[in-house]
Amino acid sequence: MVDLLEKHRPIAERHARMLAAGANAVGLTIDKILSPTRALINGRETILAGTNNYMGITLDPDCIAAGQKAMAEFGTGTTGSRIANGSYAMHRELENTLAKFLGRKHCIVFTTGYQANLGMMAGLAGPKDTIYLDADSHASIYDGCTLSGAKLVRFRHNDASDLDKRLARGEDEGGRLVVLEGIYSMLGDRAPLSDFIEVKRKHGFQLLVDDAHSFGVLGPNGRGLGDEAGLDAEVDFVVGTFSKSVGAIGGFGAGDHPLFETIRYATRAYMFTASPSPASVATSLAAIRKLAAEPERRERLARNSKRLLDGFRGLGLETGCDQVSPVVAVKCADEPSTIAMWNALLEAGVYVNIALPPGTPGRMCLLRCSVSAAHSSDDIDRIIELFGKVVAQGAPRLAAAS
Amino acid sequence: MSSDSQSTYAVLCELLQPFNTAGVSLQPTTDISTDLNIDSVSVMDFVMEVEDRFDIDIPLNVLSETRTLNDLVSVVEARAGKGK
Repeated sequence: MVDLLEKHRPIAERHARMLAAGANAVGLTIDKILSPTRALINGRETILAGTNNYMGITLDPDCIAAGQKAMAEFGTGTTGSRIANGSYAMHRELENTLAKFLGRKHCIVFTTGYQANLGMMAGLAGPKDTIYLDADSHASIYDGCTLSGAKLVRFRHNDASDLDKRLARGEDEGGRLVVLEGIYSMLGDRAPLSDFIEVKRKHGFQLLVDDAHSFGVLGPNGRGLGDEAGLDAEVDFVVGTFSKSVGAIGGFGAGDHPLFETIRYATRAYMFTASPSPASVATSLAAIRKLAAEPERRERLARNSKRLLDGFRGLGLETGCDQVSPVVAVKCADEPSTIAMWNALLEAGVYVNIALPPGTPGRMCLLRCSVSAAHSSDDIDRIIELFGKVVAQGAPRLAAAS
Repeated sequence: MSSDSQSTYAVLCELLQPFNTAGVSLQPTTDISTDLNIDSVSVMDFVMEVEDRFDIDIPLNVLSETRTLNDLVSVVEARAGKGK
């Protein structure tokens, strides 16, 4: 008999090496959340600089009150899918509010952001179609593409001319869907949308932008990459999540196509899962209204992001991208030193994300920060100071000495 | 192997070397992922180099059924021959 789990032994060994070097970098336990930017970890008050809590909205009193009220009035869960008993008036209200925020005719809410990508890819493309996806796409896009059964062609990251070449030589019988991301989660860079729109005008395809990290963040209205680039009208479909700028859980797909609503009855990630819970829907609704009413949150986030990027550059660190972005990743030499530096940062009181191959582009090892509008200037300066001590001056020595 | 296939095989070996960090000796029967112990993203990055060299697309769905270098030689030749 072949033991099914035996194939995972190399993963277990790699994880054991990580644990031998310190804390569990891929399964850290947070004991208590003190604020959107502070938590108690291993008994120590720690600055949170890797939680994607871009707007710092997770502990907003109005959002919490809305969630509590919804839970008290509608219960802890819906116990059903959207196509059965799981559609409440609040689910539709959230979809309508979101559609208005996005300037779109239609919006469909999914239970998580991951499911939004599964549901949208598989709802849009089928076995006769071709999906062209950026090489650095998130795992949920890859998984959604696989689920769709479409022909999958991967093009070089952010390279519109590579997409152009592939479209030119493609002999596609069905529809063509191109998938980009507003902000790429690992390096924080944006898709060069105008370059891709030129290719779209030349070849003709339908375009989806995943604004998971850019919804609420980019553009004068916070709609995402298309809003920032002034090219919203050229983007056919957008996908987003509630687990970042919205501070809840859930996801959405939106568009103007007259048949868009049909996706609800054609995609399994929507039909065969329970709908998001009342507390989460009400919290998301309250948060999206805040994002619309309080553009200063985006301005604060941009200021903090620039301060962190400038600070890291001042230290001579190599960052994931040159643009101001709420994702600021620092490139590191190798896995052991990255793990050692991550531990040293945690010991010194700052939590960031560790990102290792194959979850990163080009087999990079990264210490990834995500900035929040709720960070104070002092928080940002403290993060820079600790990166100066730990990363710029070589953490492996620090870790070895401890 | 025909002489065309042999030259395709030689080009694939050359393109694979930068990803073959463990320095495994390459054979036509070498399993690109498991024998070389390289992750799925590296396999896709390697295939992108192959696509550029031969000016072809190898869809990811085709790749999921391609295990060995020999398999990949067949895929490259089938797809490169299409336009001729």
